[in-house]
Amino acid sequence: MNVSVPFTAEQAKKLKAGDVVNISGVIYTARDAAHKRMLEEYDKTGKFPFDIYNQIVYYAGPAPAKPNEVIGSVGPTTSYRMDVYSPVLLRFGLRGMIGKGIRNNEVIQAMKQYTGVYFGATGGAGALLAKHIESVEVIAYEDLGAEAIRKLVVKDFPVIVIIDSEGNNLYETEPIKYRK
Amino acid sequence: MREISVELITDTIAQMCIEANCCLNEDVHTALERAKQKESSPIGKEILCQLTENADIALQKNMPICQDTGMAIVFLEIGQEVHITGGLLEDAVNEGVRKGYEKGYLRKSVVEDPFLRVNTKDNTPAILYTKIVAGDNIDITVAPKGFGSENMSRVYMLKPSDGIEGAKKAILETVEQAGANPCPPMVVGVGCGGSFEYSAYLAKKALLRPIGSHSDKKHIREMEQELLQKMNDTGIGPQGLGGNTTVLGVNIESYATHIAGMPIAINISCHVTRHCHKVI
Ligand code: SF4
Repeated sequence: MNVSVPFTAEQAKKLKAGDVVNISGVIYTARDAAHKRMLEEYDKTGKFPFDIYNQIVYYAGPAPAKPNEVIGSVGPTTSYRMDVYSPVLLRFGLRGMIGKGIRNNEVIQAMKQYTGVYFGATGGAGALLAKHIESVEVIAYEDLGAEAIRKLVVKDFPVIVIIDSEGNNLYETEPIKYRK
Repeated sequence: MREISVELITDTIAQMCIEANCCLNEDVHTALERAKQKESSPIGKEILCQLTENADIALQKNMPICQDTGMAIVFLEIGQEVHITGGLLEDAVNEGVRKGYEKGYLRKSVVEDPFLRVNTKDNTPAILYTKIVAGDNIDITVAPKGFGSENMSRVYMLKPSDGIEGAKKAILETVEQAGANPCPPMVVGVGCGGSFEYSAYLAKKALLRPIGSHSDKKHIREMEQELLQKMNDTGIGPQGLGGNTTVLGVNIESYATHIAGMPIAINISCHVTRHCHKVI
């Protein structure tokens, strides 16, 4: 299944937990430090450093690019560290998040209420994921280094829908099938 | 006395930081290949295929296997016949890390203070363990450690009466609670005995042992085998999305301890368990 970003709540509703999805378009990287600053900036100015409506945030901080390469390895970081910030962003229309690992109940409730999708990218497959990135531009908080916000243009970026907008959650439903 | 210059130490460590981060160790690669054959979940199998493909791309492009190129954990076993010349050992190690992370385009992931959190921008300082041994060589191991998995690690101060069953329960519960967070399949290092901090050190050392190797103490070996089976029976699977490849290996180190205690430390690592070893 293909998803191009930006994508609407209507489109997000069609995605179901377990769907294997290729994302194309623009996504934005942000980790803990960037999330913290984004919300501080919103409190002060009433604006985010980019328009988050119908967009996707990728929890990642790349390794530096070598000469002649677009980007270094860039796999997902563990998502639960962003749990305190995500409900607010979902309320303002953030549509998708890409990361790895569990989310807390507040995030899942906000995803249901505001129609958000949580995608998983394969943790530790940074070299493979880098091949799906066509361009990179730091758009905010450059001083944070790897943790700065980067605008990535991606092509067929491979992810799996882990938690859908109805709250179906692969981490809850799948492991028990294989438990002995 | 054999003289070894700090430059040699620096250059060797710089090279090793790059090698450790870009070439997946043979034992991990083999374990992933084997897991691919055995994994019964289709998504799990697909993920394992991505992981070996990822390692191949990293090797071919000489780029890091994972963007979290870790904190550099350096173990030195220094022969007591060695005289280090030209500077201080600790500076030489940090200079090696600085050079390696710069030259290898590795990510700088170290902040200078746990609360103020300003990035040091060169991945120093390293975590350095030294041991004085016989001989006139320096035996160097560089083991970059990512924190997605490090954060899932634990130390338990169990009671002697908890026994080996109590220890197994603690280890298994740590893996189950780590779930999808440490990028399973994991590698689990366990340190049993010693003191509070020494058990954690042993757990880290256990991760340096090749996957598939076993303790030569019978009861520990049996514990490793039983736990490996039980962990893979949890169903967590690759990336926590279900399957029977939750853990690639369980390595346990043990040491003498006090009559009143039984420290058990569990150091969780991932499928990007890295270490590079050289003797100079
Ligand atoms: S847990 Fe391991 S594979 Fe996952 S991001 Fe961290 S270092 Fe990479």
